[in-house]
Amino acid sequence: MEFFTISLLNGISYGLLLFMLCSGLTLIFSMMGVLNFAHASFYMLGAYFAYTATQLLGFFPALAVAPLLVGLIGALFEKFALRRVHKFGHVPELLITFGLSFILLEMVQLVWGTSSVDYRVPAALDGPLFTIFGTQFPMYRGFMMLVALLMLVALWLLLTRTRIGLVIQAALTHPDTVEALGHNVPRVFMLVFGGGCALAALAGVIGGNAFVTEPGMAATVGSVIFVVVVVGGMGSLAGAFVASLLIGIIQTFAVGVDASLINGLGQLGIDITPQTFGYPLWKLKISQIAPILPYLFLVLILIFRPKGLLGTREG
Amino acid sequence: MNTLSNIEPGSEAERENRRAGVPMGLPGAAPARVPGRHSRKDYYEFKPYNVGRWIVWGGFALLLMVAPMLFTSSLAHTMLSQMGIAIIVCLSYNMILGQGGMLSFGHAVYSGMGAFLAIHTLNLVSKGGWPIPVSLIPVVGGISSMFFAVLLGYVTTKKAATPFAMITLGIGELVWASALMFPEFFGGEGGISGNRVTGPKPLGITFGPQLQLYYLIATYTFVCTALMFAFTRTPLGRMINAVRDNPERVEFVGYDTQKVRYIVFILSAFFAGISGGLAALNFEIVTSEVVGGPRSGAYLLFTFLGGATFFFGPIIGGVLMVLAGVLLSELTKAWLLYLGLVFLFMVMYAPGGIASLIMMNLRVASFGRLKEIWVSYLALAVTALIALIGAAAMIEMLYHLKLNAALGPELTFMGARLNAHGVDTWFGAIFVMLTGIGMFEVARRHYVRQWGEIQEYIEKEMKRRETL
Repeated sequence: MEFFTISLLNGISYGLLLFMLCSGLTLIFSMMGVLNFAHASFYMLGAYFAYTATQLLGFFPALAVAPLLVGLIGALFEKFALRRVHKFGHVPELLITFGLSFILLEMVQLVWGTSSVDYRVPAALDGPLFTIFGTQFPMYRGFMMLVALLMLVALWLLLTRTRIGLVIQAALTHPDTVEALGHNVPRVFMLVFGGGCALAALAGVIGGNAFVTEPGMAATVGSVIFVVVVVGGMGSLAGAFVASLLIGIIQTFAVGVDASLINGLGQLGIDITPQTFGYPLWKLKISQIAPILPYLFLVLILIFRPKGLLGTREG
Repeated sequence: MNTLSNIEPGSEAERENRRAGVPMGLPGAAPARVPGRHSRKDYYEFKPYNVGRWIVWGGFALLLMVAPMLFTSSLAHTMLSQMGIAIIVCLSYNMILGQGGMLSFGHAVYSGMGAFLAIHTLNLVSKGGWPIPVSLIPVVGGISSMFFAVLLGYVTTKKAATPFAMITLGIGELVWASALMFPEFFGGEGGISGNRVTGPKPLGITFGPQLQLYYLIATYTFVCTALMFAFTRTPLGRMINAVRDNPERVEFVGYDTQKVRYIVFILSAFFAGISGGLAALNFEIVTSEVVGGPRSGAYLLFTFLGGATFFFGPIIGGVLMVLAGVLLSELTKAWLLYLGLVFLFMVMYAPGGIASLIMMNLRVASFGRLKEIWVSYLALAVTALIALIGAAAMIEMLYHLKLNAALGPELTFMGARLNAHGVDTWFGAIFVMLTGIGMFEVARRHYVRQWGEIQEYIEKEMKRRETL
């Protein structure tokens, strides 16, 4: 029970962080049809900006400053590079963000060095939030969940209850009509791209100190968020939410389980020795296969439900 | 997608018709010749021999043959061998990217699995288990890659375009993560090593010396290139072009787009596996990074830089890949940054890669107007070089400050001593860069005007020739 509760809480907080990352990606994808390959790089950039901003201004101003700066960079990239290749189609759009991820990674290494930086949880949020089954639940995890939920609500209100949200939703399906009605659709696109990048950066600000802020952090989450987007259904925000929670929880649980197929089959009376065929496969512990679980999940979803959990379109 | 489609298929037939005097727009519809009237040939007969094609392929074979005699150092031989391997893998990647419109982030899975299976086969041969000659081991790699493509490709090719890209990324990560889980097969951190001097030795060829291996690689490069080119001329090769350009219509015609993608994916994996097998023979060690994401990214980057819209583009890309990996990375620590910037500009301004730049200028040359713009090219090159020197000086100084801080602030850049802490050095670098950029912009405007005018002329000229 103790393991279950703690893992569930950790899984939810990790899943919510994943959702913060995926929401921006999904938003950009569903609006512009652009798969932002550099999304995880913006996450990394957010963490590094927050590290520097924390030293200069403190953590809470950094929480606002870093996403704004990254959002600005994203918007500028959209305006000067992405928009140019829009007419060539989706593959060049994907390629240009791929190129950007290279450049951002090198730039980060250039400015902040190749090893990890000392980006810490602020003292005000350091410490236990509550104690459950004798294990302390860190306050910062609670803060992460709070920020993610606030962001989710804010995003939902923005998209459904405000004028700009309605324009964004309309531009999603009928860009020509929206343009004819006098809205500047390219500017809306620029805002959406910048906003998506800012969301990634926000995730970086609160994820960077919970995990490690290093140049490799983009690659660590990069492929997982693509899995989340496909599993949830391409372009579905609600699907991304469900999928990120699911993957967060599955991965957190798997890391903690120390069983292998040998144990399971042993209980059924089947004995497996190193001489059995495929012994390396049988002896794998579940905690060992945790890193590949999201990808296995992706393959299964593609076979049994190709449009994703809550997706509506077959790609 | 449009950029990847303005290509040669179809135009080859047109060109042949034009050579043979058939009016354009009617590919294949040769006018019925009245016997006797056309007894005197007023055009050169390309059939049954397509002379141009014989020259190009003969030249390619000759180049592969004499290259190690021109560059005789052992570094050159190693690089040439790697180039051959890179050419095969880039061409195989272009089968799905350029011809199929499938952007894969996991192509290294297939070349890497081919390499692993090849090295395991090699070790079995060494143990005396299997009587396979070493020269056929790359084929074993190719067939095993094909097997993996049959398994994994079924899932990947279910979707096209962007979802395809994401799924290949996921599968790539899956295989890479598994590589660390099965040290028995993938060799863990140290990798699997083998010895290529083994098995039967026909004609005394042991493949021990690099030169012998080079000729094996060159043979494979030539044969694979020819096979992949032949593939573009088959009905399936044309079908995959159609699936790339208009999948909906292909479905209406009665083809299953997924099946077409699946088959081509498998074929592409076969060639990737061959290149993996050659790499295993070349390095005699295979580590788990050959299936990793960075490797897949490099294939994508260089295939695109070379040019995905032309068949020969990836050949340029493969050569560049080895040059960049061996020479550029020696030259500067910031090579990935330069590479990323070059790639970014290429996507923005020349989405057809280097091959398309060559072909566009060939078109201008064939209308006899290249001599007007070479001065502009010179101006562009010189001004770009000036801007680059300024930018590179700053990048190098930054890298030096970050990575070699212990060596003091002085560094050597292009023969000059720079002080990375000095205000004047930075000011000078910025000044050089800005001057370069300004002059480049002036030259560029002039060039764009000229280029547009020439293109207009060519369009007009082509229309005029059509009416003749």
